[in-house]
Amino acid sequence: MVGDVAPNGGGASADALSAKVVVQNLTIRYGNQVALRGLDLSIRRNEILGVIGPAGSGKTSFLRALNRMDEFIPGMEVEGRITFDGRDIRRVRNVYALRSRIGVVFPLPVGLPLTVYENVALAPRLRGVRKGSELDEIVERCLRRAALWEEVKDRLDSLGSLLSGGQQQRLTIARALSQEPDLLLLDEFSIAVDPVTTMRIEEVLKELKHEMSIVLVTNLVQQARRLADRTAFFLTGEHVETSDTARIFSGIVKDPRTHDYIEGRFG
Amino acid sequence: MNPQALARSRDFDHRGRAWYVDRAVTVFVFIGGTSAILFIGGIFAFIAREGLGFVFSEFDAGEFFGSIAWRPTSALDATYGALALIVGTASITGLAMVVSIPFSLAAAVFIGEFARGRVRETLKVLVELLAAIPSVVWGFIGFSIMNSLIIDLFDVPIGLNVLNAGIILGLMAAPIMTTIAEDALKAVPDGYREAAEALGATRWQVIRKVVIPAAKNGLVAAVLLGVGRGFGETMVVLMASGHSINLPDSVFDSVRALTATIAAELGETAVGSDHFRALFTLGILLFMVTFAINLAADTIMRGIRRKGERGRP
Repeated sequence: MVGDVAPNGGGASADALSAKVVVQNLTIRYGNQVALRGLDLSIRRNEILGVIGPAGSGKTSFLRALNRMDEFIPGMEVEGRITFDGRDIRRVRNVYALRSRIGVVFPLPVGLPLTVYENVALAPRLRGVRKGSELDEIVERCLRRAALWEEVKDRLDSLGSLLSGGQQQRLTIARALSQEPDLLLLDEFSIAVDPVTTMRIEEVLKELKHEMSIVLVTNLVQQARRLADRTAFFLTGEHVETSDTARIFSGIVKDPRTHDYIEGRFG
Repeated sequence: MNPQALARSRDFDHRGRAWYVDRAVTVFVFIGGTSAILFIGGIFAFIAREGLGFVFSEFDAGEFFGSIAWRPTSALDATYGALALIVGTASITGLAMVVSIPFSLAAAVFIGEFARGRVRETLKVLVELLAAIPSVVWGFIGFSIMNSLIIDLFDVPIGLNVLNAGIILGLMAAPIMTTIAEDALKAVPDGYREAAEALGATRWQVIRKVVIPAAKNGLVAAVLLGVGRGFGETMVVLMASGHSINLPDSVFDSVRALTATIAAELGETAVGSDHFRALFTLGILLFMVTFAINLAADTIMRGIRRKGERGRP
């Protein structure tokens, strides 16, 4: 057909138009200490972006900046520009509305001091869902998608903190999903989770990326290899490179340090 | 065995200075620690010895709890109706809690959740300073400033009444409640706040849905300790309440409190007389109420709660 030409041929300029999140010249400081320096990066729609790098490389600071969680860390300063669906997140007038579209999973599961049910129902309640049947439905759906429903369906009214570590982490994923986010940030989610549960969560993430963009910060290089479409390598606040995961792991790197890191030669 | 090791194992039978210091310190802290039990027991035994004598001889429960006629000095027909005193204490304490609970919880939330850095530190120091103001100074403020203020504002003949004592007592209890409540809020892990904020909750939603439920036990304990403090306070209620036996119809009526009665009358009674022992009976009542309140606060603070107590709403 005439004129039926794909407008975006790919590459950086296409990213700027179609990406979910575009980060430009992001610098993060804690007092005199620079945690992240001049980061340019974009997060595409429906991809899993892996972020790897040794401790202190700025990975977590990067996540914090994405949903403006820096605001309650004293001394954390963020410079540069981040757009979410084309909107500069520094200029949104309701930061809570922005955060409600970004799900976060922390390294250690933070089960709020609520029941299993209320942990998942909290975000819907905050956005005004009142009807019990609707909440029941959301809670069940999110728990199912986090591969937790079968284990907790008979104990929805017990405290979330009584679940095992792996279950609690899936509970926080269910809670993040209850926000109906279009961006999901995972910060080393498997630190306190057994390998079997980790694999189950990884399967869940592969499904979820059809509906949202996912940023997966991980200490486990192999986890990035298994899950990420693209992988970014951070080193002491420097963004070394971002490339297709398949390329990076087949040795096609722009910077030899990336190769050294994934081969386990330092870090 | 080599000679060095042999020499060292000879120490097995030698008690050096460190051993004796250790033993002395152990004994000293043991006495310190257990003396609390001794004092509680001793005080209770002392009050009970004087008060219970009255309870078993002259005491008439119907009169004590049902009559307002507290006439211990009447030569012909001494009566010991404590109802007005109980109501006096309860009404002052009740009003004090109405004043202090919202004040101190709001202050605790502000200091704990909103204030940052220097503001927070300054406020904390000031609140602790407030808690250190002697009660007689509070009583003085009630007696002089509040008294004339109430007379002017409400156009009543006397300003020493339930309102005056309640407000002063409330202001006096507020700093302690604030400090304990703020400690309870501080004990809530920051991870909860972060997780809730990440869900898109506003500051107030975080506080209401997550922080306060998590700190609930400590907050209740703070309130109870405030109640206990108000109940046992003497000087303020003596100076600001008007100290007249009366069942109050409104907050503008003068009342007399249990504690103030003991303080004012004990010096004028003959040791061992009925009046003397009746005052000790009031003491037993006070002791039991404050003991119960403190015990409740302590139990709650220890967080005794059933698993999964909260179901779906």
